[in-house]
Amino acid sequence: MNRFGFGGNQGDAKRIGSDPRGWINSQIRDSQSTPAVLSNFRSSEEIFTEVNRARMESRETLRTLMRNLYKTDFARECMARAGHMVRTKDPFAERMVLFWSNHFTVSRSKWIVGPIIPAYEREVIRPNIFGKFSEMLAAVVQHPAMITYLDNHLSVGSNSNVGRRRIARKGIKTTLNENLAREILELHTLGVDGGYSQQDIIELAKSISGWSHGGIRRGPHYSIDSRAVFRFEDSIHEPGHKIILGKRYRENGVHEGLQALEDLARHPSTALFIATKLVRHFVSDDPPNEAVAKIAKVFSDTEGDLAAVSNAIVELDEVWATPLPKVKSAYELIIAAHRSVGDINPKVKNVLQPLRELGQLPFSAPSPQGWGDRSQDWIAPTALIRRVQWLRRYSRQLPSTVIPNEIAKYTIGPVAEENTEKWIGLATSRDAALATLFASPEFQRR
Amino acid sequence: MDRRNFIKYSGAAVAASSLVPSASFAAAPTEKRLIVIILRGGLDSLHALAPYADSEYSRVRPTLALSGPSEEGGVIDLNGYFGLHPALAGLYDLFQKKEALLLPASSTRYRNRSHFDAQNLLENGSGKPFGIKDGWLNRAISGIGGGSRRLGLALGPVVPLILLGKEGVQSWAKSKLPEVDEDFLVRLGNLYQKDPLFAEAYKNARGGFKPNVDMDGLQSLRRKEKDILLASRAAAELLRAPKGPRIAVMEMQGWDTHFGQSWRLDKLFQLYSKSLRELKAGLGPEWLNTAVVTVSEFGRTVAENGSKGTDHGTGGIAILAGGAVNGGRIIGKWPGLAEGALYEGRDLRPVNSHEGLFKGVLVQHLGLKDSFVEEVVFPDSSAVPRLEGVFRLNS
Repeated sequence: MNRFGFGGNQGDAKRIGSDPRGWINSQIRDSQSTPAVLSNFRSSEEIFTEVNRARMESRETLRTLMRNLYKTDFARECMARAGHMVRTKDPFAERMVLFWSNHFTVSRSKWIVGPIIPAYEREVIRPNIFGKFSEMLAAVVQHPAMITYLDNHLSVGSNSNVGRRRIARKGIKTTLNENLAREILELHTLGVDGGYSQQDIIELAKSISGWSHGGIRRGPHYSIDSRAVFRFEDSIHEPGHKIILGKRYRENGVHEGLQALEDLARHPSTALFIATKLVRHFVSDDPPNEAVAKIAKVFSDTEGDLAAVSNAIVELDEVWATPLPKVKSAYELIIAAHRSVGDINPKVKNVLQPLRELGQLPFSAPSPQGWGDRSQDWIAPTALIRRVQWLRRYSRQLPSTVIPNEIAKYTIGPVAEENTEKWIGLATSRDAALATLFASPEFQRR
Repeated sequence: MDRRNFIKYSGAAVAASSLVPSASFAAAPTEKRLIVIILRGGLDSLHALAPYADSEYSRVRPTLALSGPSEEGGVIDLNGYFGLHPALAGLYDLFQKKEALLLPASSTRYRNRSHFDAQNLLENGSGKPFGIKDGWLNRAISGIGGGSRRLGLALGPVVPLILLGKEGVQSWAKSKLPEVDEDFLVRLGNLYQKDPLFAEAYKNARGGFKPNVDMDGLQSLRRKEKDILLASRAAAELLRAPKGPRIAVMEMQGWDTHFGQSWRLDKLFQLYSKSLRELKAGLGPEWLNTAVVTVSEFGRTVAENGSKGTDHGTGGIAILAGGAVNGGRIIGKWPGLAEGALYEGRDLRPVNSHEGLFKGVLVQHLGLKDSFVEEVVFPDSSAVPRLEGVFRLNS
């Protein structure tokens, strides 16, 4: 429950019974439908088209709209998503949503893109968590959220029509922007030691130049009515063949970039990189080589079938070997606390406010690398005290029907240290006992 | 909870309150203060310290180059060749008072262009990404000999790698969450004693000084700006305290300017300038004992890209400020911007060294032994000479 979910609640214990692997495997389904509570939120196209229109009107219109969108579309979907994760019967699937959303980070640190990030997750991460890695990769890289976050709509092939004119007019040396291409290689596929060069970055940037979306700028090609969906712009695409990792891609419009992504998804470095991250996430801060090799092999053998890969993680002996080697992220902790006591309609002040203080407001990672996945990233002195501050406050808000000993039984029960049971028992009040339980290493670990 | 349990639980309050830890402090091992400011994302040094008089500069940066000092919005001239960005007026004040030193074309030993590897190497000090698990500043603190006194201070909820390691560090960050009562905190100490990770973090969270920072003049600012300036005030106040920490690390995000960098850097430079002013004002007389080192993980391409920005590069800048600094100078070598002089044909050539500067700070300012710095803090760095003469002799 802790390793693969958000910690226990009463229902989980019954569902799992004596077959934890079967419980997890039953959550791995190829087709992932959008949870009902998220299905009424607006599409990224609708929101982003509105943003682009406001942008063309005036700065003030844009500012007002953005403030509004952050309060409505963004915050409401963040809360609905948190509520869903508190209630879900498929916590492993939700953990995978969080994992891949973090792997393919888009952050509101880029202000303009913020309002569509929940929709981005819903549209291209969620449906693909147990699908093909290559399909998720292509969908992610073509999503207006990722394109905007990593500046690819601003990348112009230097020898494209637009590029040549711009170079002649401004006297600049290049019109390419390497940002997305670099992060695809470094963070999304091969990994930093995956064996690519600066030249490979430039060539990949050329092959995905022109990957843009409608409605973002003024000018003849972009009218106010153009839709904020993926669009291949031939006029800014770098013409000619490209050579990426030694392979020659002949000029083929949008298809050459898609082919390059397909090849990157199959590359052995990608299998190793993804396997390392998954094993770090589910097994240990220092992923054991043997486990990584097993997962990488499944990834390669199945051409990145994430259902098979997820199954293989559950089947790892290492994953069941040590109790509680990992620490819950701030987000996981907050979901786990709500879940444990059956607080199924979380409030903003118990989700977004503490997450802000704990540095994990949804979709706000500091960089495209996403949040860290090691204990030291979460259990620093100030961070620990803040966790305790929120947990203490939260415990005071819970109704008197919430009995610490009962919660302890199905959350930390099987792994509880004697010392922890002792200090829960010694707490001076019911809510202090609950806070002690929440704050215990067993509850904060997974 | 039922009544019986409640009585059982409430009986323990007296026992717990006798366990309040008594903070013990060793005598001050140094009166010197060091603040390291990490600009995350890769600062474009040519936009901070612009070689405005170099014709190559305006040629490769047709839309981004800063104009000369005589023009509106132009640089603040330093020596007829280099000028500071006008929003760095706070830094210029220090430069004029000979309290700031600029080391252009400098970098760590990292030569690729990944943020994350570059930051890791900048902070671990081994010369390799992930070469050592702890941070060089933490190892440096172990050489000062503060005993149980935690000399390191992280500003922010998470301790950055540069300060991680076996020496305990304090940390401070503004929080809207309510304080927890002392009795409960004392009990937590017992709850955590069996788990080393939690025990260590908890120990380090306790017993530090609580700065009393106010929001004067900051109310109208945006959250991120407020956070940085509050952190600067807190850092200054804590470092100033007679028994406070001595070595602080602050982080600023947002320097990865692939697009629209003129506007973004203008804002960030203003914030950085204000932060320096807060530090100086807050440290008061201790400013004379202070060095502030500002670095970023790498520099950016010399030429601008197609989006009025710059991409990841190599050579950047290191800034050393503080009352202890022998400043008012631009030091080190300068490779120039000619095409043949660039690193891999695109980046400012890193002819000067961040680590050389760090070593100079540790030895000359904090008084660490040269051998300790070479063997423990920056192992395998003998090829990178220590920078000499960057502090006032009497400091």
